[in-house]
Amino acid sequence: MAKAPASTESLLDSFGPHPAYVPPGGWQDESRNPAERLVKTHCCFCGQQCGIQLKVRGNQVIGFEPWEEFPFNHGMLCPKGVKRYMQGGHPDRLLDPLMRTTQGFRKASWDESLNFTVKRLKETQEKYGKDSVAIYGGASLISEKSYLLGKFARVALGTRHIDYNGRLCMVSAGTAYKLAFGVDRSPLPWSDILKAQVVLVAGANVAECAPITTDYLWRCRDAGGKLIIVDPRMTPICRNADMYLPVRPGTDMALYMGLLHVILRDGLERCDFISKYTTGFDQVSESVRAWDPRTAGEKTGVPPEAIERAAQLFAKADRAIVLHARGVEHQSKGVENCLALINLCLATGNLGREGAGCAMITGQGNGQGGREHGQKCDQLPGQRSISDPEARAHTAKVWGITSEEIPQAGYTAVEIMEAIHRGEIKALLSCCFNPLVSLPDSKFTQEALEKLEFFGVVDFFMSETAHHADVILAGSLQEEEEGIGCTNEGRVIHIQKAVDPPGNAKGDSWIYVELAKRLGKGKYFPYNSTKEIYEELREASRGGHADYFGITYEKIDKNMGIFWPCPTLDHPGTPRLFEDGRSFHPDGKHHFVVTEWRESGDPVSEEFPIYLTTGRVVSQYLSGTQTRRIGALVDQYPNPRLEIHPRLAEQYQIKDGDWVAITSRRNEITLQAMVVKTIRPDTVFIPYHWAGERSANKLTHRTLDPRSKIPEFKVSACQLRKADVPPDWAIVANGHESKGGDKSNGRLRILR
Amino acid sequence: MDGYEFYVDPSRCIGCQSCVNACAECETHRGQSMINFDFIDRPGTTATAAYVCWHCEEPTCAMVCPADAIKKGDDGIVHSSLKPRCIGCSNCVLACPFGIPKIFPEYEQMMKCDMCYDRTSVGKKPMCATVCPSQALSYVRSDEIAKRREKPTNVFQFGNQRIVTNVYMMVPAQTDALSLDVLDYLWEESYVPFSQPQ
Repeated sequence: MAKAPASTESLLDSFGPHPAYVPPGGWQDESRNPAERLVKTHCCFCGQQCGIQLKVRGNQVIGFEPWEEFPFNHGMLCPKGVKRYMQGGHPDRLLDPLMRTTQGFRKASWDESLNFTVKRLKETQEKYGKDSVAIYGGASLISEKSYLLGKFARVALGTRHIDYNGRLCMVSAGTAYKLAFGVDRSPLPWSDILKAQVVLVAGANVAECAPITTDYLWRCRDAGGKLIIVDPRMTPICRNADMYLPVRPGTDMALYMGLLHVILRDGLERCDFISKYTTGFDQVSESVRAWDPRTAGEKTGVPPEAIERAAQLFAKADRAIVLHARGVEHQSKGVENCLALINLCLATGNLGREGAGCAMITGQGNGQGGREHGQKCDQLPGQRSISDPEARAHTAKVWGITSEEIPQAGYTAVEIMEAIHRGEIKALLSCCFNPLVSLPDSKFTQEALEKLEFFGVVDFFMSETAHHADVILAGSLQEEEEGIGCTNEGRVIHIQKAVDPPGNAKGDSWIYVELAKRLGKGKYFPYNSTKEIYEELREASRGGHADYFGITYEKIDKNMGIFWPCPTLDHPGTPRLFEDGRSFHPDGKHHFVVTEWRESGDPVSEEFPIYLTTGRVVSQYLSGTQTRRIGALVDQYPNPRLEIHPRLAEQYQIKDGDWVAITSRRNEITLQAMVVKTIRPDTVFIPYHWAGERSANKLTHRTLDPRSKIPEFKVSACQLRKADVPPDWAIVANGHESKGGDKSNGRLRILR
Repeated sequence: MDGYEFYVDPSRCIGCQSCVNACAECETHRGQSMINFDFIDRPGTTATAAYVCWHCEEPTCAMVCPADAIKKGDDGIVHSSLKPRCIGCSNCVLACPFGIPKIFPEYEQMMKCDMCYDRTSVGKKPMCATVCPSQALSYVRSDEIAKRREKPTNVFQFGNQRIVTNVYMMVPAQTDALSLDVLDYLWEESYVPFSQPQ
């Protein structure tokens, strides 16, 4: 049923991605007219959610103006932020609900598409039970929508299966912080980076994935701070590193246990902090005893001397900060990698003070806020646990139901796809998620999608996943509904509505409220605006760890953001956590947690001897549904390329620009080689933003971290073979030839 | 803007091309970017450099222009060629020691960075320096730049040509003038030119 109704080529022709180069109205025409309004809001394209002003004319976003007063980014923007305004008037924009036909998709009315969706959801649940329907959400949604999705799944549908694409992003860090500190938030504001004497950047391609954070690192250096960067690739920030540790993919934990070993061996730990504020030190101390620099060096490929020096540098600083991101988190031991880093901070007393601590660099727009209020399978609003009876009772009261009616925890994102594949889940309603590109092992994902008996999608562009949908409900961009987000700092920000959704497209929140009404649950969803949803969210979060009760839209505007927790209206918010030394655990202590070494879920072998790691490029965002449609961003890095060290390339007689078949235990793709000295010679890298035959996730595997259930995107095994001919996708041009010269210097352009 | 100067620091550049994209949004040259951007040597390094026109005190581009089409304002800003005068000869493109001017055949005109004249003349920062995430391009006061590890210079030596610019380059703290010619670093008692044919 859910096989795509037409060939991929014809769906791509109809719905894109088509790269748009010219703003609505043309460079020289309508778009020259001055803006009528400047709307102070935020970028949609990463967890930093930079302040930006959108230029609005009529019902069209026509450009941007930097927002220099916003304290996080002071007007700075990356290329995605600069070009984000190109989405609203994009020719690919879905302007009507679509329903599948035998040849493709046709426009439908809202009544028809919503009623059909509700009918199919009801039929499925009647036939197979409540839990046969699953909901996918996304962390790029404003917090009101993510709250609404959580409530919709549990109250309107009564299914326990709701999860979100943040499962591919922040869950390892979140799980680790909950284990160590009892709360899932970076405990420090970014301004602390400027005060640190040492910053250890662990598995974070800051320059490309959180570009504005670069300025914080450089200013830290200007003030004399030292940078230690751990990455299998020399990312752009490594050029100014004081130490660069080229860790072998999947061995990060060994490195950090090695650092802790040296710190304890040399007596550099802060005993007063450890005894006063922490538990579990002795067990952790015991667990790193075997990880002397030599052992850690052999495992990680980092010289033992460098491990010694890095440990000394880190531990001898009065104020040190660890910044980490997907490099350590996208692993089957992602949680433990983060815990190993937290253990370093706890052992050296780096927490709860200015310029000291650890922080996760959240990846998605609203990656922090999107996970706090109920679209995670095991959480209720306010970062409450769904298994906690008190939390259930509080939430049930706010929702006007009994706590028994709230389902228990459901499956995580990858587990939902696996349950679809084995026939346990029959229907899926997905918003803001493109699993065909973003989940690992995309052939498996495709098979699962084809087994769905009903598949509904809420989105503003036709994603590759939506090709399989029965109905596509034309939803809204971030700037088309008012709401809040929470940044990687823990700063709650106000997303302004700049324009109405174009054509017959509707706000996502309207769509879910309508579905709830038609499911007969309208009385639980009496909202006329997202602000009304937010008022309920405040109440639902009240008393939870992520307490938003004291935060209002007006208060955010007045203060340029408020850091949670903020329990009362007169509370100023909490930029830095743990200043009183207390964690959010009932015992008030920070918990050292033992980390135990194990191998990756897809180990290198004689047959698959090379490490494959995946990640982002600066001009693209996640699965590319948005950024593969913006011409300037496409031109900057048009196709994925295989980064490979000349030493490895030579073994296979691969030269720069040659086509190379990359085969993993699951699949094969063929890409052009980019021979660079900036990557370990036992490792290759592919960015993951593309679909189909260009998809890095055809190669990756579904091994999950046992606690966070994050897939191991950063470590796969592969083999290489020089290809004789380019793949079909490279030969067939898509009717589009980009204009302008080749600015991608070093990244050869080929036709799409 | 009073007290503000433009500083370029390639060591901070992360190659994101935010400047390239933002420049193309300009009201005066919509869709065309005036930023010069290079991957220095991508096979060997992630090093990149983004830079704007240096706005020379004595602009070589203007000196070589046969049509007198390139003008420097009292504020030191060297402008794109004057459309009615420009003959598209490319003398400026060839002569500029920094490689800044570009000929746009579709407009039959040389265009280049004019330091966001539309913005700086009304008290705003240039667009590229406002958005640059690493502040490799910065438009700040000198007390702000004094906090940096590197120091600014605006003197460049190209062989015998000494150029003083309005835009500053951030260089290692012990450097005074930036010479890009190895000859300037040689120790030579006396320079004997090749004998010319009589």
